[in-house]
Amino acid sequence: MTVFDDELQHLKEKLLRMGSLVEDAVKNSIIALVDRDNTLAQVVIDNDRLVNTLDVEIDEESIRLIALRQPMATNLRFITMAMKITTDMERVGDLAVNIAERALELNTEPMLKPYIDIPKMRDIAQGMIRDALNAFVKKDKKLAMDVIMRDDEVDDLKHDVLQELAVFMAQDPTTVSRAMKISFVAQYLERIADHATNIAEMVIYFVDGKIIRHMAPPTEEK
Amino acid sequence: MNGTTEIEVRGLNFYYSGNIHALKQINLTVQKNSVTALIGPSGCGKTTLLRCFNRMHDLYPRNRYEGEILFQGNNILLKDVDVIDLRSRVGMVFQKPTPFPMSIFDNIAYGVKLKGIKKRSDLSERVERALVHAVLWDEVKDKLNASAYDLSGGQQQRLVIARALAVNPEVLLFDEPTSALDPISTAKIEELTATLKKEVTIIIVTHNMQQAARISDWTGFMMLGELIEFDSTDKIFTAPSEKLTEDYVTGRFG
Repeated sequence: MTVFDDELQHLKEKLLRMGSLVEDAVKNSIIALVDRDNTLAQVVIDNDRLVNTLDVEIDEESIRLIALRQPMATNLRFITMAMKITTDMERVGDLAVNIAERALELNTEPMLKPYIDIPKMRDIAQGMIRDALNAFVKKDKKLAMDVIMRDDEVDDLKHDVLQELAVFMAQDPTTVSRAMKISFVAQYLERIADHATNIAEMVIYFVDGKIIRHMAPPTEEK
Repeated sequence: MNGTTEIEVRGLNFYYSGNIHALKQINLTVQKNSVTALIGPSGCGKTTLLRCFNRMHDLYPRNRYEGEILFQGNNILLKDVDVIDLRSRVGMVFQKPTPFPMSIFDNIAYGVKLKGIKKRSDLSERVERALVHAVLWDEVKDKLNASAYDLSGGQQQRLVIARALAVNPEVLLFDEPTSALDPISTAKIEELTATLKKEVTIIIVTHNMQQAARISDWTGFMMLGELIEFDSTDKIFTAPSEKLTEDYVTGRFG
């Protein structure tokens, strides 16, 4: 192991730590919503500063390595990926905070309906983040592709949630405030899945040097 | 690859003193008006390959070439090739500056005179043009009669480049041209390659990978006499196809 290898390993550990923090944040934000757990919602909100700190540290470390080590090939792609996915992970952290904030608001009102599709969306989105990071660790291009494919499932579920909520709002205007907040949550989860997709795309770049963003045929709704 | 082919190497093998197999089955294409870098660990054969392009190995009669090097379509390895003429068309710049023990002016005029140009005004014009091209003119225009040895190492190296340029070569071979220079002089030579390639084709051997990355359009990675990978410089330094190239450019060995 050279000194540079150690530095790269250190960067990798930070990325994985940030990844597991945001994965937990997504998981807990939805538990806080479904179980009406204000304490847990507050934990998600408070923990986001850890994510923000790592975001800055990873950027600083990456810039330092580029300046001092002039990385090439895999090392260059790894550091480029680190700088890009840290932005996506930081956004996921912010979206989990948004969900936690909506949960705190919704918890002050009676439950509109049992949550069914939202936890499903959460499971998929959270799994996408976890697998995107696993794909990175194992340099597994196939797993990264698989993450990208799953984005559509989240989009479809969001569509269903919004339609269902539209019916509630149309039938009973007193539900509008709550239904809007829940639809925001669905929107946030859908965006979390988008960020997981970005991460998976960067993992593919890291593994074989190909930038595959914007290559898929345009989907009709994002 | 787009553009015109300047040099095409086909199945080149080279043997030192008749039996040391220094280059093995080399195939590569050098594009006109581009910079091609050859990189690889010490002893990989990159300088040996460079020296084939103007038949420098002929200085030792027991050296032997096999295969073809087509320079603008003609095989320069054939016995009847005029190597003196070849070397004026394919100039070479070495690791250490090699000025002649004469004035700055005469250093450059020397080769021009050999080409039959004798008139003082013609000579002056050629000398000035060459020095301007090598970005040395402003530094030496007031002391053209001073000895070339009065110049700094970086200036001497640019003088040698000017000397090579004065005979209007089509290709310039650089054998680690900046390894004996300080960073400022190195940067000047590197900048120079970017302007020179508009007129000549450049092939450079360098130990400095960052230098290859900065100045070349194409890069060949060599090891143990073989050309392991040849591709655009971009590709070689961001996502090489071969594991060996990857290991070398990331500093795993070499």
